Amino acid sequence: MNRIRALLSGRELSIVLALAAVVLVTTATNPSFLSAQGIHDLFLNASIIALLAIGQTLLVITRNIDLSVGSVMGLTAYMSGQMFIADHETPTILVVLAGMALGAACGAFNGALVAIAKVPALVVTLGTLYVYRGLTYGWASATGVHQINADQMSQGFLSFGSGSVLGIPHLTLIAVVALAIAAYALHNWRSGRELYAIGSNPQAARLAGIPAGKRVLTAFVVSGALVGLAGVLHASYFGTINASVGTGRELAVVAAVVVGGVAIFGGSGTVLGAVLGALLLTTITSALPILGVPAFWQRAVDGAALLLAISLDRAVMVRLAERLRKERSLRRA
Amino acid sequence: MAAPDHTGVPLLELRDVTKSFQAVRALRGVSLALRSGEVHALAGENGAGKSTVVRIIGGEHQPDSGDVLLDGEHVRFSSPREAQQRGVAVIHQEPIQFPDLSVAENVFMGRQPLRTGRRIDRKAMHRRASEVFDQLGVPIDPARQTRGLSIADQQIIEIAKALVADARIIVMDEPTAALSAVEAERLFRVARGLADRGAALLFISHRLDEMYTLCDRVTVLRDGAFVVTERMADIDNDTLVRRMVGRSVEQLFPKRDTEIGEEVLVVDGLTRAGVYRDISFSVRRGEIVGLAGLVGSGRSEVVRAVFGVDDRDSGTVTVDGKALPKGKPRNAIESGVALVPEDRREQGLVLELSIERNASLARLRQVSPGGLTRQSRERALAGTWGERLSLKFGSLSDPAATLSGGNQQKIVLGKWLATEPSVLIVDEPTRGIDIGAKVEVHALLSDLAAQGMAVLLISSELPEVLGMADRVLVMHEGRITAELSRDEADEESVMYAATGNGSAA
Amino acid sequence: MREKLLRWESILLLLCILVFVWGSASTPGFAETDNVSFLLLDYTEVALLALALLPIILTGEIDLSVASVLGFCSALTGVLWDAGMSFETIVPLVLVAGAVLGSLNATLIVRFGLPALAVTIGTLGLYRGLAYVVLGDGAVTGFPDTYRPIATDTIPGTFLPYSTLVVLVLGILVAVVVHYTPIGRSLYAIGLGEQTARFSGIRVQRIKFVLYIVSGILCALASLVYTLRYNSARADNANGLELIAVAAVLLGGVSIFGGKGTVVGVASALLLMAGLRNVLFLNDVTNEIQNVINGLLLIISVLVPVVANLVRRRRSPAAVGIPEPPPQETLPDPVGATAASHATPEEDQR
Repeated sequence: MNRIRALLSGRELSIVLALAAVVLVTTATNPSFLSAQGIHDLFLNASIIALLAIGQTLLVITRNIDLSVGSVMGLTAYMSGQMFIADHETPTILVVLAGMALGAACGAFNGALVAIAKVPALVVTLGTLYVYRGLTYGWASATGVHQINADQMSQGFLSFGSGSVLGIPHLTLIAVVALAIAAYALHNWRSGRELYAIGSNPQAARLAGIPAGKRVLTAFVVSGALVGLAGVLHASYFGTINASVGTGRELAVVAAVVVGGVAIFGGSGTVLGAVLGALLLTTITSALPILGVPAFWQRAVDGAALLLAISLDRAVMVRLAERLRKERSLRRA
Repeated sequence: MAAPDHTGVPLLELRDVTKSFQAVRALRGVSLALRSGEVHALAGENGAGKSTVVRIIGGEHQPDSGDVLLDGEHVRFSSPREAQQRGVAVIHQEPIQFPDLSVAENVFMGRQPLRTGRRIDRKAMHRRASEVFDQLGVPIDPARQTRGLSIADQQIIEIAKALVADARIIVMDEPTAALSAVEAERLFRVARGLADRGAALLFISHRLDEMYTLCDRVTVLRDGAFVVTERMADIDNDTLVRRMVGRSVEQLFPKRDTEIGEEVLVVDGLTRAGVYRDISFSVRRGEIVGLAGLVGSGRSEVVRAVFGVDDRDSGTVTVDGKALPKGKPRNAIESGVALVPEDRREQGLVLELSIERNASLARLRQVSPGGLTRQSRERALAGTWGERLSLKFGSLSDPAATLSGGNQQKIVLGKWLATEPSVLIVDEPTRGIDIGAKVEVHALLSDLAAQGMAVLLISSELPEVLGMADRVLVMHEGRITAELSRDEADEESVMYAATGNGSAA
Repeated sequence: MREKLLRWESILLLLCILVFVWGSASTPGFAETDNVSFLLLDYTEVALLALALLPIILTGEIDLSVASVLGFCSALTGVLWDAGMSFETIVPLVLVAGAVLGSLNATLIVRFGLPALAVTIGTLGLYRGLAYVVLGDGAVTGFPDTYRPIATDTIPGTFLPYSTLVVLVLGILVAVVVHYTPIGRSLYAIGLGEQTARFSGIRVQRIKFVLYIVSGILCALASLVYTLRYNSARADNANGLELIAVAAVLLGGVSIFGGKGTVVGVASALLLMAGLRNVLFLNDVTNEIQNVINGLLLIISVLVPVVANLVRRRRSPAAVGIPEPPPQETLPDPVGATAASHATPEEDQR
């Protein structure tokens, strides 16, 4: 009981409360929002972005960022489709592994530039955002395959994406497993704690002998693999792919992570928070049309949520510092 | 812990070590032996080379020549990590930690106890940390976040780190600079205990009385050179000072008698909750007022608020009878206040900018007739002041970073004197500069006061305050606890007030 | 330091010349007046965004929302035009809107002390989202022929488009401010040592605030040119253009960490990129591949100084005087997270 309370204390708890509020208000307007199907859809929609958020968290904790996630996701989604065009009966597991490998390779390229060449992650990933997207489009125009439809993919692959176990979608199960593994590693492994250390104070990390370059590179590779997985899952769930899959997703992911309480300057935050952040933003997005707000608002909402979250974090921090200062003055007086 | 070592082989030894940075020779032929069970003092003025010694022992720098011996064997630490693995721990004046992580994690980073499956054993980690803190006699909750801990507690964490790493050589670099009397006492107890259990300690402090209290032997450095190693009991205070300074007090502090005029800077009731409160004082024309106190007592914060870079809650600052608005450095500059800040590299200079651009930074409008900045004017300004302060430089377009600490400080002084101030505030003006430059700075301050400038001098080096000031204000925990005339002020009276024993002035 | 920068700019100019020589030699039609005018026109908006970004990046901050400000202002132009407002009224309104969006960035970054990177990623989404909110996903066309020539035509008898003339004038203005005024000196000082700048009486906050407002206005101006040039106001106008603008600024030799770079460098980079794009376009290289090239240019522009620094250090290990750039993003410090930085090597030397 205590553990659960500790787990949900602070940021996670407030997100859960916000989530409850959104769900309540929306359900009051339209009860079908909370139907079995409604919840099913909600979790499905949140699963892919949750995977991206888990990967992004690993990076943001170390004071880095990856803006190329949307493009990497698009590239791996498109590759999944191409694999089926090459061989209609490609085994699903092969597609998944290939997608993760390609994602990891894209992450490794980003990570190498950041960790070895010391180029700021912002610049690297802003650049590769366009490089990876361009490669996808280039691939599409070189092969003339601009869209890949469900009937071109294997039945097994499609049912993998839309299937469920005991009413829980496969995608959600995968996201939950990824969340559990990442949360476990970040909490219990030395290398996980070292990611926090690198973000909390790079200089102290150096003095403590933490191999920061290696850790950051690894974080990029793991994050890339997760993004790759997300791309493949996108393909298998939606069954229709073109070269523009995932465009602009980086905003939603960064917003989810920051809303989830991961400090943009690194050093603190949890993957659980980030995933809850993703769930909250997805829920708000799904609630908008029901509440009569045009879907156009989605981008604006993501952006506004990000701004609100960092502003709140800042306000809390300032108030904390202020309180410490006042306490000190009381102690002295 | 290893048993006390009486075989005579030092745990760590430096032999004839030299180290240069570009053209600057920071260390020349320094030898030093640290023995098990012994607390060894490293004494020297600002700029004598103490920090370089610390960095070589800690693996941050490698010597250009000479030897480092560990247990009598040659070693070469290529990184701080390597030094740590060989049993060296350095405790800095301001510890470098992970503010977001827990105390226990800071203590155990990189060597956390593991359970099966390479899983961190948090229980064991917290238990071990509690044990170590008990052993040190300081109750700190291992589970709390490190952010917000006092400097004294952070140092204890560093010591705990050294303990769990089984460090045998522990270097403490000015650990007491920010500590109250009680905290310093606690630290000494811990340090003594470490030595008794067989560790070799190197202790650096500005305060001689501390060395006599704690240390067994002392090595004196001057201008980067080895002077002497003596048993503490065999060297008296005056001899020690003479060895450190290497010249007479008159040479070091060329204080001139001046005519003290009317009040120029008047500070009244300055308060910032939790930082300082009810600070009132004045500085007169031709007067040098010393502001003493421990690091963290609020000295720098007060002058920063006077100058306007920091905010204040209440109180007034007037210059020549004119009130300065709060939080506006530009108004302070226009009213004739100049602040040579504490951190030369972060606050005084833009290291990557050229000398001339640094020199004109505080008076850009004066080098920009008609709104257009002229390089010729910048250069003339820098040239004039460079000459007056006998600045040594290659070219005025060289980055400030290429100069030595003393010459960098001269640029900062020149930059502020160029604003033609009537009040000059100098915060730690001789930190990290060599003795030659130090004497020049003292002479300059003396001259400026003689010409009628009002000078407010902050320094952690007591001899500097005592040698230069006409009047000494002492701060403790954000309050002025004593105001002493030149005759009343001595080492004892100032430290008495600075460690919290004085009555409010 | 100065010589090093000059060398970088010479390299850029040389590359520019190479591209133009190669273009005229290999590609028929490249050197024709119409094509040169088109090439310049095509980069008008990027140049305006780059002019907005340059001073901001010099201070060590960033603005990733520039293209979204452009998009919003374009959408606003469309809505107001659709509502029957005269173009003469729309122009000042749109410029004010740009200033308002810029000042929202400024408020969050300067007043609240939030990291510019996070804020402008947020407003990148927010402003683009608001563009869709005001205009939807349709397009407004049919802008008046009285004004369109400003964005599409050349000054009679020359190859120089009117809009390029505007860019030139603004560019010279920015160059004078950046290189020859107290404000300009302050920008460099802030970028290389913000604390020192503050301690020197430079009004850091005010300067940054103004820069973001100016950025908003320049983006609004760019939106008017864009809208008129394509005769189309859409919410997704100039989507992603921030990349090309940032790439141009960094390729021009401006350091992402602030404090280094010149207007000449950025101008050369713009010309280089415009020329390259045009040659590739004429050779039927698709837009997508061009994006790959732009992305790579951005990375290379930041990689070059890093590698050069490494090589130099390897060659002369004595040159430790100049501190290396921070290893990762220059994010502002979260309430002193790294404040415990201890003294640096030169501290205790003579």
